[in-house]
Amino acid sequence: MLQLLHLAELESEAIFILREVAAQFEQPVLLFSGGKDSIVLVHLAQKAFWPARIPFPLLHIDTGHNFEETIRFRDDLVKRFNARLIVGSVQESINSGKAVEEQGINASRNVLQTVTLLDVLEKNKFDAAIGGGRRDEEKARAKERFFSHRDEFGQWDPKNQRPELWNLFNGKKRMGEHFRVFPISNWTEMDVWQYLFQEKIELPSIYFTHERKVFYRDGVWLAWAPFMKMKPDEKAEVRRVRCRTVGDITCTGLTLSTADSLEDIISEIAATRVTERGGRYDDKRSDAAMEDRKKEGYF
Amino acid sequence: MVPDPHTEETFSSKSYLEMELLRFTTAGSVDDGKSTLIGRLLYDSKSLFQDQLEAVKRASLKKGGEHINLALLTDGLRAEREQGITIDVAYRYFATPRRKFIIADTPGHIQYTRNMVTGASTANAAIILIDARNGVIEQTHRHAYIASLLEIPHIIVCINKMDLMDFHRDVFEKIRSDFQHFSDRIFPDKDVRFIPISALNGDNVVIPSEKTPWYDGGTLLQALENIPILNDHNLVDGRFPVQYIIRPESSEFHDFRGYAGRISGGVFHKGDKVIVLPSHLSSEITSIETSADPLEEAFTPMSVTLTLKDDIDISRGDMIVKEDNVPAESCDVRIMLCWLNKAPLNANGRYLVRHTTRDVKCMIKNIQYVLNINTLEKQTEIKSVAMNDIACVELLTTKPLFFDPYRKNRITGSLILIDESTNETVGAGMIQD
Repeated sequence: MLQLLHLAELESEAIFILREVAAQFEQPVLLFSGGKDSIVLVHLAQKAFWPARIPFPLLHIDTGHNFEETIRFRDDLVKRFNARLIVGSVQESINSGKAVEEQGINASRNVLQTVTLLDVLEKNKFDAAIGGGRRDEEKARAKERFFSHRDEFGQWDPKNQRPELWNLFNGKKRMGEHFRVFPISNWTEMDVWQYLFQEKIELPSIYFTHERKVFYRDGVWLAWAPFMKMKPDEKAEVRRVRCRTVGDITCTGLTLSTADSLEDIISEIAATRVTERGGRYDDKRSDAAMEDRKKEGYF
Repeated sequence: MVPDPHTEETFSSKSYLEMELLRFTTAGSVDDGKSTLIGRLLYDSKSLFQDQLEAVKRASLKKGGEHINLALLTDGLRAEREQGITIDVAYRYFATPRRKFIIADTPGHIQYTRNMVTGASTANAAIILIDARNGVIEQTHRHAYIASLLEIPHIIVCINKMDLMDFHRDVFEKIRSDFQHFSDRIFPDKDVRFIPISALNGDNVVIPSEKTPWYDGGTLLQALENIPILNDHNLVDGRFPVQYIIRPESSEFHDFRGYAGRISGGVFHKGDKVIVLPSHLSSEITSIETSADPLEEAFTPMSVTLTLKDDIDISRGDMIVKEDNVPAESCDVRIMLCWLNKAPLNANGRYLVRHTTRDVKCMIKNIQYVLNINTLEKQTEIKSVAMNDIACVELLTTKPLFFDPYRKNRITGSLILIDESTNETVGAGMIQD
């Protein structure tokens, strides 16, 4: 049968994009958050360049507020793939005065990541940053390109994006500009889970059911941690939860769940009635939250 | 099989791993109900999540409507949401148990021809929307023409708002006949089907309508699920543009030299005798590698790595083809060009051509005609090409391109023009015979 099934076709497309990045840019880097999308990206990169080593480093922007499982997983993955890891520290950006810590009950370092990210990109002269963003995630991403041009301030202007036709990608740029590239743009959340299942890819344990001290705020269960600020009427309790999408602790919404395998998770999602990013507290802050952050240079 | 919204569909991981992918584009303007149609497809196929529904309900109320305004599901950018229009190609995703779908949603107005061309470039099918009250209009001709120019293999004409015409059979038949009268001129052998629908009320979109007993052609979703897509790729002419050279130079793979790329046509086998362009040197495929076991054969659009028997100098931009089936090779290329940029084509300018993985510089040898896209008249006296124009142009390139006519292969027959002073992608070209 000379016909590719849909995951194979999506995989082939993503591998094509990764190879285009390596061919068109001088200093690419892969943005690694420890979340499932970036884990899939690393696996795809390994396939794309096999049997050579992945020809670009992994970059983790560390807010300092990560789940420790995420950090452990990251370090283990880097060893397994013999990859080079660069860590950008938001804490350092705060210490050096480049970023200002948010105050208040909903304080998060999510937005501050942009400052650190742009800083690291500039310092290392990275001209292409590969990310796991998908177009189905959120309204502002529906029109995102595979090759997304960012100006010298790292900003995304929706009116300035280049048309993408067929297999032809234009990564030409001026000095100081860079591109964000999204090889899994056409993958849906379900595609990612199915691919993880099909390829038997390892995930951090927090994606599966575990007991954790959590509290409820604005329709979302958040993880308790020493730096989390709680309102007087909020109470932390231990529950069986899992993460469906992983931001850092301040903005990852957890779902009450007993799913302890990929099959369980997939069945749960198939039946679920809330989108993946519906559990992201950073998106709830306003209707156009993602769009505004992208204009500022966010992922 | 149409998903029945009244029963619980049991989810099967196995069937999810056995689906094909269909990409389709939608052409129609705001007033034709295109956004409502897409919203309806997502809603009735149960592809919407509860929080998306809640958000749209809230937004519908805020805008003063009483019912859920399904069109609000698909408008993305803030400016567009506020004005209620769409101004770029937006990609939406949904799946049924049969297939996964990618929708390239494009605005229909003439000022956005460039967006329709972009969205249509990788589509297997095009949905052309007609308002039943207005019938076939200039815009319909334009959409049909673009679908044919872009060689979209399957066309589905949806005649919408049939509810406002009392679902009269005559209305449907007249529009069908008018459309066919036009389409017989531009694509006589094309797979075209016609469906009477009401996107607002849901008739014949996902759920068969009781109001059209005279129609037995199936719903839109059934059409989308059943269109045969196996032959949409060129499986005959072997084309492998070299994208990236893989040289591990590690102890385990000391001598490994692989040519990585995406097969853009045909089928390649281990042992095939091949020619490399432009050098015209011959060799043989030693292996077809992926990160798993090597393959005996690989076909378009798989991404693989080829190793060859001989140590030939090959770089990105070269093409590996079969000995007995070579593409055209020339510096003189005639294309149908869609101009994408605000600044018009400079007839004396130099542009960069990107064709498969190859970049060459070009100049404009001749502008044969600019198409009047509403009348399909070839205007030979017009020598300027502005944004959204479609023109027949001859290019002269500094190095030869290895190509097929676009009607035979959409990958080796297509190219883009880049303006190196601004780095923008300014034109999209389809190579003519």
